[in-house]
Parts: sequence; C-alpha cells; structure tokens
Amino acid sequence: MNEVARARRGVTARTETYLDWNATAPLRPAAAAAMSAMLARCGNPSSVHRWGRAARQMVDRARSAVGALLNAPPEGVIFVSGGTEANHLALLGCRRQRFLVSAVEHDSVLRAVPEAERIPVDRDGIVVLDTLDDLLAADPRPALVSVMLANNETGVLQPLAAIAAIVRAHGALLHCDAAQAAGKIPLDSDAIGADLVSLSAHKLGGPPGIGALVVTGELELIPLLRGGGQERGRRAGTENVPGIAGFAAAAVAAAEELAVYDYVRVLRDTLEAGIAAIAPEAVVLGASAPRLPNTAAIAMPGIAAETQVIALDLDGVMVSAGAACSSGKVGPSHVLEAMGVGPDLVGSTIRVSLGWDSSEADVVHFLRACSTLYRRCRGLALEACAA
Amino acid sequence: MSEPLRPNRMPVYLDNQASTRVDPRVLEAMLPYFTEQFGNSSSSSHAYGRIAAEAIEEARGEIAALIHADPRELVFTSGATESNNLAIKGAAHFARLYPRSGQPRDHIVALATEHKCVLESCAQLEREGFRVTYLPVEPNGLVSRDGLAAALGERTLLVSVMAAHNEIGVVQPLAEIGALCRSRGVLFHSDAAQAFGKIALDVEEMKIDLLSISGHKVYGPKGVGVLYVRRRPRARLLPLIDGGGQERGLRSGTLPTPLCIGIGRAAAIAAAEMTDEAARLRRLRNRLQTGLGRRVPGLRLNGDVERRLPGSLNFCFPGIAAIKLIEACPGIAISTGSACTSASVEPSYVLRALGLSEADANSGIRIGLGRFTTSEEVDFAIDALASAAGRLATEAVAGQGGAPI
Repeated sequence: MNEVARARRGVTARTETYLDWNATAPLRPAAAAAMSAMLARCGNPSSVHRWGRAARQMVDRARSAVGALLNAPPEGVIFVSGGTEANHLALLGCRRQRFLVSAVEHDSVLRAVPEAERIPVDRDGIVVLDTLDDLLAADPRPALVSVMLANNETGVLQPLAAIAAIVRAHGALLHCDAAQAAGKIPLDSDAIGADLVSLSAHKLGGPPGIGALVVTGELELIPLLRGGGQERGRRAGTENVPGIAGFAAAAVAAAEELAVYDYVRVLRDTLEAGIAAIAPEAVVLGASAPRLPNTAAIAMPGIAAETQVIALDLDGVMVSAGAACSSGKVGPSHVLEAMGVGPDLVGSTIRVSLGWDSSEADVVHFLRACSTLYRRCRGLALEACAA
Repeated sequence: MSEPLRPNRMPVYLDNQASTRVDPRVLEAMLPYFTEQFGNSSSSSHAYGRIAAEAIEEARGEIAALIHADPRELVFTSGATESNNLAIKGAAHFARLYPRSGQPRDHIVALATEHKCVLESCAQLEREGFRVTYLPVEPNGLVSRDGLAAALGERTLLVSVMAAHNEIGVVQPLAEIGALCRSRGVLFHSDAAQAFGKIALDVEEMKIDLLSISGHKVYGPKGVGVLYVRRRPRARLLPLIDGGGQERGLRSGTLPTPLCIGIGRAAAIAAAEMTDEAARLRRLRNRLQTGLGRRVPGLRLNGDVERRLPGSLNFCFPGIAAIKLIEACPGIAISTGSACTSASVEPSYVLRALGLSEADANSGIRIGLGRFTTSEEVDFAIDALASAAGRLATEAVAGQGGAPI
C-alpha cells in the first residue's frame, strides 16, 4: 500500500502493521465517499415524499450492486445489520425442522440453533461429504444444511458445489455463510448452489453494521424482526441508508479489484515460507486444503497464542488468536478442535490475515517481530512462554 | 394561487419523526472510526480493537448519562425496531423458559397506538401462545390510568407504552406508569425512539425497566439503536441474535463502531442543548399552529395539546384527503403518519384509535420540526399548506355543486 493511503489510515509505515483483516477491514475509499454523500442527506426510504423516494432509489440501486457480487438478482437481497443477523435470519427463518451445520461454522451459526447436528470435518477442516450424505439419509424431516464458504480462522474453502448436490438430492435447503469469502474470491450464487447466502459489509471494506442475506430462489422466510414491513416484510426497521450505500460501493470496488488478491496470495505464501525458515516446527493449519488467499493459521508449538499476540502487538503487529468475537475470551478454538488438532497446537495458534492494502513491508515487519519473539522464547525455558 | 417557487432546492424537510439529518458534529465524530480507527472492538489483542472498544464505551457512557442509567445497562442494537423486538420477545421468551415460582406469566399489555414493530412483536407472541391486551387510549392519545391498572393481572409480565408518539407526538405519563408496573411486579418497556434526546427521560425516576432508543431520530446515524436493560431489579431477556457473545450475550454481532460513536455524540449534544432546542421548537410549533389555524377553517390538532413533543404536530384538514394535500405541496416534505406505513392506503390506525372517523383519519397530516428547521421554513410551510388547503376545499365544493361538463 502506498504511503499516502497509509497516512490517511493513520498507520505509520514501520511501527504498525495490521494483519487482522478477517476481524474487520478498513473502509474502502469508494465506500467512504458513498456514505459521506448519504450521511449528509436525510430521508427515510419508507417516506413517500421526495427525500424518502431518493433514499429508496439509493437502496434499490445498492440492492442490485450487492446482488451482483453473487451474480444474483436484486429481489433476493435482504439488508440486515450484519453477518450475525443474516445467519440468524437464515436458520431461524427457514421453517425447517432439522438443522445440520458444519463443525467449523462461526458462533453466530452454531448458537442460532444450539441443538443443530454437527457435520464433522476432516483434518484439513473440510466437511466429510459421505457423513453429510448419511446424516441426511438417516432422517427424512425437512432439513437445512449450513456450511460456510471460507472459514474465518483458517481460510479453508468448502466444496460448496459438491455439498449442494448432496443437499439437493435429499430435498434439503442449503445456507452458506460467505462473510469471509466475499470480496476475496469470485462468488457466483449458481456455483455455490445455496438457497441462502450471508454477507457482511465490513469484512470486504464496507462499514460495520450492515450485511445481507441473499435468497437465491423462491424461499419464504419467517422474519426475525417485525414491524414496519421493510425489506418486503422480511426484515423490519428503517434501512441503514448510508450503511447500505457504503456496502454497495464496497461490493462494487471489491469485485473490480479482486485481482489484487493474486498479489495478496503471494504475500501470504511469502509470510508462511518465512515462518517455516525461522521456525521449522511451526505448522500452518489447513495448508493442504484450498484456502482463501489472505489467511494463515499458524501454530507455534510451545508458545501460547496469547503470548504471541501480546508480544507481536507490543512490536506493532496486529494479529489475533482466532475469531475476534471470541478473542477476548479464554477457551480453545472449536474450529481447530473439530479438525483434530491436538490441544498443544490449538493453544498456540494465531490467525494472520492480510488484505488488499497489505504490502511486502507488512510481511517483513511481521517476520521480524516473530523472529524476535521465537528467539526470546527459545532462550527461556519453554514453560515460561507456554504459561 | 400556487405556492412560492424555490427553484433548485430540495423541499423543506418537515418529516423529522421519520428520520433526522445527521448533525454535522455527529458526522465529524463518526468519520475517523470509518477510516483510521476501523478496528473490530472485539479484537482485544491489538490496539485497533482496543481503541474501538474504548470509544464505544465512552459513547455508551454518554447515552447512559442522558437517561440516568449505568452504562452496563445499555445494549447496542441495529435500531429501535430491533430494540423493541428484543425487549418484548426477549422478556416473554425468558418468562416462558424460567417461570417465577411456578406462576406462569404469559400476558402482555401494549397500547393500541404503539408503533408497528411493537404491535407486530406482540402479534408474533400471540401466535406462540402468549396473550396480549391492546389497551385503547383516551381521545387525546394518552393512556387511561384506570384502564391500564385494570388490565394488569397475575400473569402479566410486561407493559409496553411508547414514551412519545411517532404520529401524534403525545408524551405519556411515564413515571405514573412505571410506578404502577413496579408495584405490580410487571416489567415496564417504553419505546423512546421519538422521545430520546427531545425530552427528559430518567429510567430511575420513571421506573423504566426496558427503554428503546434509535440513532436516526435524534440526529444520529441510521442502523444503530440501543436497548436499556435494567440491572437492579434485573430485567431478564433471552437474546434474539446469538453468536460471538457481544453486548454481554444479549446481542451478538460485530459492533458498528462509527454508528455507536455517532449515537453517543448525538446523545451528548442532546444533553447539552435539549432545553434550549425544545424551547425553540415549541416557539416554531406554536407559530406553525397559530399560522395555520388562522388560515385553515376547522383545522384540528390531533393528540393532547399540552403533553406533546416540542417539534411534533398532527392536524386534520377537514374534508381534504391528506394524500391530496401532500401532492399539492411538493415544496415541503411531510407525511400522513408513520413512514413505515405511509406507503399504505389504509387510514392511520393511530388516528382511528383516537376515535376519529375513517374520513377524518384520512385527512391527518403529520408535521415534524427539527433542529435544522428555520422560522422561514415554517412560514413557507404555513403558506404552502394553507394555500393548497384553500384550493382543494374550493375544488371540493365546486365538485359537489357544479355539473360535469
């Protein structure tokens, strides 16, 4: 990223490196511009007067832009407050009696329907297709299957087309949480094959506080929020007009600039190779599976993830010890446990995630900080670092 | 005579109950959190996350201060619709799951004039087996104290009364309702989307257990709201949206930092300026009311004359369909009632609940003055509305009397 952009973001060249893009991404300039324009205006899209109509037109245009991110028609796009609400609306609103969710789903899926059956994943974190088939065959009740496109902690991509074929063969519905994948890889609702797709704006350079659930077919949902009948009765509440404008602008920019992720992949691979050179015992989890180009889940045996995160932060490098939502809490990652990763590695895994603005300097800074950290820990008794 | 021309200008905005313009000071406070400080407030492992979290807590403090609450009692939501859904469904679902000493509590009382999102939440609970009393209001829009007291029973778990009304602007006697509810061991929820930042609210003094707040009704951003949830005695809820466990488990989802900052700043501005602003708006409101009353024969104000929001008016223009009047006044942005239902052709259920005939309810116009409304705009609106009303009344008479050509 260039120095001007860096200065605008308030990040000083060598002292601060943001590598936590899966938690949230900086707002794209196009989104900021679109939002500023809408924030400066007023108008409730439900109002019949012209200020209201202008807001309504903007929302309708945005609906097309967000749909286009998935090659989906605008009618299916329901604007909600974010990925968490989108996941809830999908699961709680789909009128199904039985729920099967992959064991590596985000908490917002797992906790939406706590009694959902878990579909196991293999060592790479990929859904075991035969088990999914067996589970669906074992119980004829109408089911919804929820499998994320890209995992937020490891970046591992699920074979959605194959999953969709199985789900379809059993007459079940498929929901796909694409919050982490959107904006990082090309998306196509037909290729995904899901009936419902969740999107989050702030993961792709839009603002936080806005997301969408995209209904690809003719599915009728039970609304989660009831009231004024906005979003064709599927989600009540005054539309977050500037948020929607920002989401749409970010979606357009993300689609246009998708090629930058070829470079991000190079950076990520450089980073992983660098870690392997510094610490041969380090393990990249999910590395043999298809992954997002930007994510690296790195286990450093013997050094507690919290120790790594804090030490790196003191050096100005920002990463996380798993999902942001749960990073303030203790407790091992359910994602890594589901992959069969041993407790020692689970406790020493950090998530490094890059984005369209990441640079070689970011990778160099990260590797230098890691090198210092590992050297220091090797010098000490290992227990001191594991504590 | 047609209204004066205002070339190249957006119409005068007098629909501040539907939404308000973001105050430039609010916008200024929000902008850095869209760009430089974009961190996820749950990312406690690094500075970006911590800076966002600290700023959110500061905002939470500003909002809490304005309603005399503890910051820990506030839950950020996506808006007042979600706050109302969470308060009502959350309390009902908790009561069903954890009955108090064996006594099932499955009854809710709401005013017939509540906002759609309260009524729709109640209707959903009815489908789930709860019982709901929709309490009629007095002709002035205020709650009937005796009616409310009589409606409360052993199984009542919650009363929901809007603090200030979105269509007619009336302000309910919250302290009296709160005292009654507390004495009967019933939760008191108030939808304060319109009232917050416009009139003084004190959850302690008014004994409010659950209070819904909206950002975009108080010169803050759309897409954010707050639910106040009392800690002592504790108002217990089940979450609507679960997941990462943000907001003490009551509302999961990444917090929209800039929006939280925006509503916090909006609260701080309201705290500092509410008294003066209310006085100014009351003067403008009186000017509008007097000015229109002088020029429109038979003009009638809906809702209590005294107990109302400083900037809110609702009139019946006798014999004139509201929608015709709005069409005849392109220079001002006004509405027939709630924006959520304004696209529907049904007469306002709120005006009907005041006892208005269908024809009268169809002639109701809502006018909302706000922080950025000027006296010139008020004068412009008086002239536009009065001229249009005169013209339409003449046409109506001519239409009745004259033979078709």
